[in-house]
Amino acid sequence: MKNKKISGAEAVVHSLLNEGVDLVWGYPGGAIMPVYDEFYKFQDELKHVLARHEQGAVHAAQGYARSSGKVGVAIATSGPGATNLVTGIADAQIDSTPIVCITGQVSSHLLGSDAFQETDIIGISMPVTKWNYQITKASEIPEIFAKAFYIARSGRPGPVLIDITKDAQFELFDYKYSKCKGIRSYNPFPAINNTSIDNAVELINKAKKPFIVWGQGVILGNAELEFKDFVEKSGIPAAWTILGLSALPTSHELNVGMVGMHGNYGPNILTNECDLLIAVGMRFDDRVTGDPNTYASQAKIIHLDIDPAEINKNINVDVPVIGDCKESLKLITKKIQNKTHDKWISRFDDLMKIEFEKVINSDLNPVKDGLTMGESIIAINEYTNGDAIIVTDVGQHQMVACRYANFIQSKSNITSGGLGTMGFALPAAMGAKMGALEREVVAVIGDGGYQMTIQELGTIFQLQIPVKIVVLNNDFLGMVRQWQQLFFDKRYASTEMVNPDFVAIAKGYYLDSERVKDRKDLKPAVERMIKSKKPYVLEICVEKENNVFPMIPSGASVSDVRLS
Amino acid sequence: MENKKNYTISVYTENNVGLLHRLSAIFLKRHINIESFTTSECEIKDVFRFIIVVKMTKDDVQKVAKQIEKQVEVIRVFYHTDNETIFQESALYKMKSSSLFEERHIQNIIKESNARIVTVNPDFFVIEKTGFRDDTEKLYKDLEEYGLLQFTRSGRIAVSKEKMGISEILNTFKNQK
Repeated sequence: MKNKKISGAEAVVHSLLNEGVDLVWGYPGGAIMPVYDEFYKFQDELKHVLARHEQGAVHAAQGYARSSGKVGVAIATSGPGATNLVTGIADAQIDSTPIVCITGQVSSHLLGSDAFQETDIIGISMPVTKWNYQITKASEIPEIFAKAFYIARSGRPGPVLIDITKDAQFELFDYKYSKCKGIRSYNPFPAINNTSIDNAVELINKAKKPFIVWGQGVILGNAELEFKDFVEKSGIPAAWTILGLSALPTSHELNVGMVGMHGNYGPNILTNECDLLIAVGMRFDDRVTGDPNTYASQAKIIHLDIDPAEINKNINVDVPVIGDCKESLKLITKKIQNKTHDKWISRFDDLMKIEFEKVINSDLNPVKDGLTMGESIIAINEYTNGDAIIVTDVGQHQMVACRYANFIQSKSNITSGGLGTMGFALPAAMGAKMGALEREVVAVIGDGGYQMTIQELGTIFQLQIPVKIVVLNNDFLGMVRQWQQLFFDKRYASTEMVNPDFVAIAKGYYLDSERVKDRKDLKPAVERMIKSKKPYVLEICVEKENNVFPMIPSGASVSDVRLS
Repeated sequence: MENKKNYTISVYTENNVGLLHRLSAIFLKRHINIESFTTSECEIKDVFRFIIVVKMTKDDVQKVAKQIEKQVEVIRVFYHTDNETIFQESALYKMKSSSLFEERHIQNIIKESNARIVTVNPDFFVIEKTGFRDDTEKLYKDLEEYGLLQFTRSGRIAVSKEKMGISEILNTFKNQK
């Protein structure tokens, strides 16, 4: 390739290959056609999957990134192609998912002329990207792509967007690629301060009722083993945020469940009784803290995070430990004493008993005829041996799935946490499957979110991506309906849905599909779905007006968590 | 509630075409009104310095500064109270030339306020005044009754009393490489 000029479009493909990319998700269009022409030529090296909507492509790239730990790539044309990516980009920004989005742009001489399919995607995406850049000359391509991948994956990961004008895609130049090794204005790996480690160790050794809350930082930092060592040596009960789920197996004896709005009873109540709270790779989201003024106000707080901007953002902490938790956890674990906290942990057990009697039992062993979301999740656990990647959408089914799904391996819970993007799960599941072909991937989706990106059944059919899709259908936008019941006197404004025949729709895409309504049919149907080697849609008709508990009403203290 | 104060936020950045938008979006997202915003190349070649004046609580300015520093192309962010900086702003006042000769008092005002006349031509003349906000405002009030054709004021420019050490930061990076 030496001394041979290549086009900007070909340089895009070589740059992707140089970054180890072998799969991109996208949708073609006028301003990105030169790049697609190169995809055609390089189809043996680089697989392109045609989504049915650009939002599907970007969520698939997110799902791929979350299950594989690699950078996901989505590509679209200018104008509407680019704007359709924005929801996924915003989702990746708030959930720290490493993706690179590539958009075509009108030729540079047309910029600002309101040309056909011109939109200012740089301006539009700026507040929701970790970094973005508009390429107007082919010679910029190697350096910008190298930077884009470096920025997307390093430090606290996030989305990067590269906009390439059409003339830059045609332009010929001498291509030479070298990986980005650092950017002088960007420090993704802040040095760990030894004093903060010592201060943390002192607090941990002294604590009588310590409590760990971990988030996705443990997964993004590949720190699952270091975290497990820390939990086990310290003997401290640990609870997870929704995005931290699966970093420690469900069955681990020190895993005490979920914190937050629909988290478990014990972890929420005891947040306000612990004497030390150790937050690892989490960001004190309002869905976790409830009222921040009363949140763990009695406790000392240690906060481990790679992003200095998270320290004291929502909750003031006593000992910040800035840095990669893979390193800081190791340093802390080395210095702390071996301990157990049996009496303190028995408090979690006692509260779990109450939660079981008041909530879990009726979720999982209902006496009424109607199926529950909870028993559906348990059936999935049973036939996947509790070791599937579970991809959820947003709403009641998401909370139920996170509460009851079993996890053995990390990177197995994929959901839209921060942004709460309905329509995320179906495309994210197909991405997750492509990122972890050896794993069973089960998408659990409500009837509302399913219909927001249902067109991706076409992608799943065309590529025969063997994802298992469970639609938990209650004919309602269930979470909004629950809030209307609890806080708006049951005025069900625009939450009841008259749904189509989901089995017929799946069959229209030539996908295997069935519907269950009766308890006796549930397990056999789940078994058939999991045993199938092909994509499969299982609609489970569940009780229309069940609620998700426990629940912390919006703005209330975590210790005001309600069981009914 | 903590008191709001004037803070001068100094942002050292790479030279990047979209950065202005990225920085202003951080304030927009939090519904913070920017009092003034200026930018220029600083003492280091190719490094730009934004000077942003906002009225905020210390807690909030700390959080915003961290969000700004988090941006990939931002080298360092500092924030200072008025006491911790030397700051000035400039104002230009355009008036009819006839008033300079007909209203003798104007010449006294210019002299007393330490302003200077930048240009005079048959139709208009322009006064320039550099100082604190109070100074440019006072001159505005004094001149207002004689008829201002145009008035404009710059954003704040400021240097800090403390050392900022940007060259050191950049050198550390160079040495690591």
